[in-house]
Amino acid sequence: MRSAAGPIVTAVLGDATGRIVVGLLVAAAVAVPVLNLMVPAGSPLHVPPYVVALIGKYLTFALLALSVDLIWGFAGILSLGHGAFFALGGYAMGMHLMRQIGTRGVYGNAELPDFMVFLNWKELPWYWYGFDAFPFAALMVVLVPGVLALVFGWFAFRSRVTGVYLSIITQAMTFALMLAFFRNDMGFGGNNGLTDFKDILGFNLQAGGTRAVLFAASALAVAGAYALCRVIVASRLGRVLLAVRDAEGRVRFLGYRVEYYKLFVFVVSAMLAGIAGALYVPQVGIINPGEFAPANSIEIIIWVAVGGRGSLHGAILGAILVNFAKTYLTGAIPEIWLFALGGLFVAVTLFLPKGIVGTVPAFKFGGAGGGWRWRRLVPARGRSEERP
Amino acid sequence: MSELHASPQKRDTILYLDGVSVSFDGFKALNNLSFYVLAGELRAVIGPNGAGKTTMMDVVTGKTRPDEGQVVFNGGVDLTALDEARIANLGIGRKFQKPTVFDTQSVFDNLELALAGSRGVFQSLGFRLTPEQRLRIDEMLETVGLTERRAALAGDLSHGQKQWLEIGMLLMQDPHLLLVDEPAAGMTDAETEETAQLLKRIAGDRSVVVVEHDMEFVRALDARVTVLHEGSVLAEGSLATVQNDARVVEVYLGR
Ligand SMILES: Nc1ncnc2c1ncn2[C@@H]1O[C@H](COP(=O)(O)OP(=O)(O)OP(=O)(O)O)[C@@H](O)[C@H]1O
Ligand SMILES: [Mg+2]
Repeated sequence: MRSAAGPIVTAVLGDATGRIVVGLLVAAAVAVPVLNLMVPAGSPLHVPPYVVALIGKYLTFALLALSVDLIWGFAGILSLGHGAFFALGGYAMGMHLMRQIGTRGVYGNAELPDFMVFLNWKELPWYWYGFDAFPFAALMVVLVPGVLALVFGWFAFRSRVTGVYLSIITQAMTFALMLAFFRNDMGFGGNNGLTDFKDILGFNLQAGGTRAVLFAASALAVAGAYALCRVIVASRLGRVLLAVRDAEGRVRFLGYRVEYYKLFVFVVSAMLAGIAGALYVPQVGIINPGEFAPANSIEIIIWVAVGGRGSLHGAILGAILVNFAKTYLTGAIPEIWLFALGGLFVAVTLFLPKGIVGTVPAFKFGGAGGGWRWRRLVPARGRSEERP
Repeated sequence: MSELHASPQKRDTILYLDGVSVSFDGFKALNNLSFYVLAGELRAVIGPNGAGKTTMMDVVTGKTRPDEGQVVFNGGVDLTALDEARIANLGIGRKFQKPTVFDTQSVFDNLELALAGSRGVFQSLGFRLTPEQRLRIDEMLETVGLTERRAALAGDLSHGQKQWLEIGMLLMQDPHLLLVDEPAAGMTDAETEETAQLLKRIAGDRSVVVVEHDMEFVRALDARVTVLHEGSVLAEGSLATVQNDARVVEVYLGR
């Protein structure tokens, strides 16, 4: 009551789920870098650099999954094109990292990235201006996905495109972007994308310290995004969205402009996906048009479905577990990984319609102590989309 | 039309449908329908299945755009040009034939979502109930007899309770005009009687249009009755009058 902070803290940390999720992420942000940098390599407690890189990558996927759960789980918007927002955020960061290479490229050209020199370009295209500056690039990381989502959502939601039709046009959007980014004359490195990054904010991208900081930033970004999503879904706005998910027509007759509500979460979600992409690129060292592939966007849905749609922490868990399995299986049985992924999705749909967090008691935390607010946020029944 | 009712007085007419036609694939669901509702009036609309009762409500609330005709609200606004949200905010509330509540949210939250007030996205982000608003919801829970079920999920209510919840949501909107489509379906006799009494209490301050098949319910409403048939008004008057109307008798019994 005294200030705005009270309700926000309650929305995020008011139940066991919130405290556990935020606690674990903050602990990881501190512990993993410490165990990586301060504990000697021989010690059993040492976290080797490749593990830092791997989990750091999973965390960016967790952030991406959160962005999808926010719209799919809480507003019924099944986007099959969210990989596009992730990739755009990634490209914005990649462009900055390209500009940071300076004269250290193969051609030693301070004005142009290598691929432009190779294509015989004489000057930097206008849309690369400003990316030298980190603050500008950071702004673009959220602005470009946000504006695309705003424009796309404006037309789609105003025309009341919903359900499977919306899913199809989001898929078409990411596919179109993929084709565009594959073209050399677009000026984003074509097929090869952007790579050979050297440093970020003056710190060597290969250095253990830089990677540890990127890891910590990713973990904290997931915690921050989780908190933001919690605040949104716990607010009246979140309840309107839930109502839209369950009975969109009814919400209109109550006088709500459904399209604006959808637009709001869609844009927020696209921005979160952009941030995920921006954290992903420096950790994996490359961004190419493959990130726009429609299959990538479908994979995100699988992470969320496996973890448990409409719970937020389920999305984080699903992204990490599925990607861990993917890393393991692509190494152990590379031929059948895709079948395993498909099978996983079918199995989850059939046997765990509420995902891991809705089924496995150990993950149903929040039920015991003061969790009423949270339980209310978790949909009681799964099939809400068929209804008008 | 003029023999059916005196010309509407602009001042105290809240709703005026003028020559409204709606067709679906050539089939005329509403056929040059004209009728009006006075401010504060309770009106019952009856008619056989497919007469166009629900379609009439769809037209008034912006769900369906008429091919022809005007729908004038509050002496001036033409509703046919507006969308659902705008019409709702002008003060027209609607209860659907099939009760439609938000199943995955609590009874309390359903009422809270319907609460009259700001509908803006950003306001809703920081929205907190004032003690007065909370009190209003509590009173409404009492009115619709759902105080005990306030924390229950709306999806877990019985059919009759959902009807009451939806009526409660309608009232939370504080509308000038309520369109209530078959409120008594799925209710026991006692509940039906209570619903009729509730709607009678509501009218007066507001106008209420009730569509219902249940003749006992219509009798209990004790209101002016409009009979729709094949998309237009067949008869209008007290229940006794229309029940003795030869054309009405034929429509209801002659098939
Ligand atoms: N969206 C639609 N598309 C095609 N036909 C429709 C549509 N909506 C209504 N109709 C038809 O219009 C006619 C009038 O329907 P309406 O629902 O208004 O009747 P009603 O008087 O409410 O009937 P009931 O008492 O059964 O609820 C019916 O024949 C119906 O089949
Ligand atoms: Mg009907």
